[in-house]
Amino acid sequence: MAGRAQIPNKSSALISMIADEDTVTGFLLAGVGNVDLRRKTNYLIVDSKTTVKAIEDAFKEFTTKEDIAIVLISQYVANMIRFLVDSYNKPVPAILEIPSKDHPYDPTHDSVLSRVKYLFSAESVASGRR
Amino acid sequence: MSGQSQRLTVVPTVTMLGMMKARLVGATRGHALLKKKSDALTVQFRLILKKIVSTKESMGDVMKTASFALTEAKYVAGENIKHVVLENVQNASLKVRSRQENIAGVRLPKFEYFTDGETKNALTGLARGGQQVQLCRAANVKAIEVLVELASLQTSFLTLDDAIKTTNRRVNALENVVKPRLENTISYIKAELDELEREDFFRLKKIQGYKKRAIEKQRETAKQFAEEQVAEKVSLQKGISINAAHSMLSAASEKDEDIIF
Repeated sequence: MAGRAQIPNKSSALISMIADEDTVTGFLLAGVGNVDLRRKTNYLIVDSKTTVKAIEDAFKEFTTKEDIAIVLISQYVANMIRFLVDSYNKPVPAILEIPSKDHPYDPTHDSVLSRVKYLFSAESVASGRR
Repeated sequence: MSGQSQRLTVVPTVTMLGMMKARLVGATRGHALLKKKSDALTVQFRLILKKIVSTKESMGDVMKTASFALTEAKYVAGENIKHVVLENVQNASLKVRSRQENIAGVRLPKFEYFTDGETKNALTGLARGGQQVQLCRAANVKAIEVLVELASLQTSFLTLDDAIKTTNRRVNALENVVKPRLENTISYIKAELDELEREDFFRLKKIQGYKKRAIEKQRETAKQFAEEQVAEKVSLQKGISINAAHSMLSAASEKDEDIIF
């Protein structure tokens, strides 16, 4: 139903998540969760038993799916598959690293934010000189 | 530099010179336009950069609020609320719409979220803690709002970065490769044309010289012929041989020359 409706209607897309249980629960409560006809979810709950392989597969699946616009990924999960996240360079879907409850957010690990910081500091130095 | 000696392989003609000049004009205009585009993109890029930094900072706060709200909800409604939520997932009620924004010919994707249909979690926590659950829901929707904004900023950032790189590469290619090459070609053609002109001038001079010499020769022969005639006349009048007349004439002319001395 949902899958078929989305093909003609390109203007609506999903947000997918790879995160710990609490974060996913919170966002599911907000209503981003989706289950398609094959009972596939648009989120992956990562706990201590989840293997890196499973995360990799989920990441690859979410980034190649047509109807997903944004992939939210907990930063500590992103660190597990850092090489995949760093090598990903397509604009859509956008990969967003989010902080999780148990792990403090470290902006130096974020692939995009490190670049932003680098450019931003260079720019602020330049503008300060003016 | 290796770029200095490069030029296009062309036949040095006036037509080609006109063509090259036209191409140089085109390249200059294209360079100016691309430079403008690059500047416009850079301005936009800086704006987005600033926004990203501030949004990332606010994301931390919003996420904190969201997870704290979830903890509250869990405390009031019991730990098993997450099972209820996980079981209730069917179709997404909160979706993302993407549209494109055009900045100096670069299409930037912009995301915005919208709610589609009512939420399935309306009855979650009906037994107890319903209000906390709804608060938690609101907090998470807010978090999604910030995250969606951040995602569109980030996507724009990546796209713009790419576009700026491409544009700058084009600007530099035009400035450092195409334009010098055209200029070199133009100067080559000009030099070649000048050379041809000099050669032509030299040839004309030479021909003039030949002509002058030919005219002089003709005059000489005419003079000789006239002298011959005079000698003949003299010989006929005085009844002497032509040779004697010649020597008489030459003697007379020599004497005349002596008189001058």
